[in-house]
Amino acid sequence: MKRVEQIQVFGTGMERKEFWLAARESAPIIVGAVPFGITCGIMGVASGLKPLETILMSVLVFAGAAQFIGITMLAAGISGWDIVFTTLLINLRHLLIGASLAPHLVRLPLPKQALLAFGMVDESYALTASRIPVAGYNEYYQLGSNTSFYLAWTLSTIAGVYLGGHIPDPLAWGLDFAMPATFIVLLVPRLLDRVSMVVCLVAAVTTVMADLYLPGKWYIIIACLAASIAGGLMEKRGSNNAE
Amino acid sequence: MLIILGMAVVTFMTRFGSFIFFRQTGIPAWLERWLKHVPTAILTSLIVPSLLLPKGEFDLTFGNSYLLAGIVAVFVAYKSRNAMTTLSVSMAAMFLLRWLS
Repeated sequence: MKRVEQIQVFGTGMERKEFWLAARESAPIIVGAVPFGITCGIMGVASGLKPLETILMSVLVFAGAAQFIGITMLAAGISGWDIVFTTLLINLRHLLIGASLAPHLVRLPLPKQALLAFGMVDESYALTASRIPVAGYNEYYQLGSNTSFYLAWTLSTIAGVYLGGHIPDPLAWGLDFAMPATFIVLLVPRLLDRVSMVVCLVAAVTTVMADLYLPGKWYIIIACLAASIAGGLMEKRGSNNAE
Repeated sequence: MLIILGMAVVTFMTRFGSFIFFRQTGIPAWLERWLKHVPTAILTSLIVPSLLLPKGEFDLTFGNSYLLAGIVAVFVAYKSRNAMTTLSVSMAAMFLLRWLS
């Protein structure tokens, strides 16, 4: 019975449709991500990594902030374990975004989970999570978004490595604004109720404070914990009142 | 090269960790109640620094084109609820501000 169902789903072309829809919806954020990929390629080579090493870093690690900081630390002559440990700290936020998708992903077979986890970046997570209230969770949507960012990131790193010296600073174009602009489109429809607005406000204030006084990407973890706990507590109180 | 492999392994661990963990235990209701707010919190946390601290320092002046274009984007996103409209209007605002400054 289950097998028949699967064949039918495959037969409708739903999987392919979701995959390509995700790729299309990823495009605007990719415009904003490409300048960072190019910069990553330029920085890698400039700090003494071999072109192949710089590219492999994007292929294997696939985490923008961690790569920038890793490259900077390599150039400063900092030892390997410190860099690996810093990478772990910067990427701890993935545990949070992973946990928020876990209710949907735990149903999938392990290899699929591993594949989707490897490609899960802030941007593809934001798109996948925003799709859930509209059309439910779909693994092919997530896969499509992950794949788009993976290709864009590795190809733009390669472009940075080989074109590096020949183009002006890619971050001076203002193209990087495409990324926050797209996130704004995803955020605004979420702010319909009072709890969500408070969550957004708490996140905004903690982000600014933490970003000013703490290194790296700690602000995402702290703001996310503070704001989501605040949201959870408010909801609990609200439901108690209703009883 | 070993460093790069190490970075790759720990990055994957952070991405996969939650799924392995919750695969065993299931997700408690209280946790799900606050996980629901994670997308809103993360989105805010990704947007705010690029608008308020574009150069790593708090910048609330009219010289901050990211903030001004961001306000345009919030307004258009609220009115239109459309990604392409919001992006084209706010990116146009961004280029205009760059060109004027």
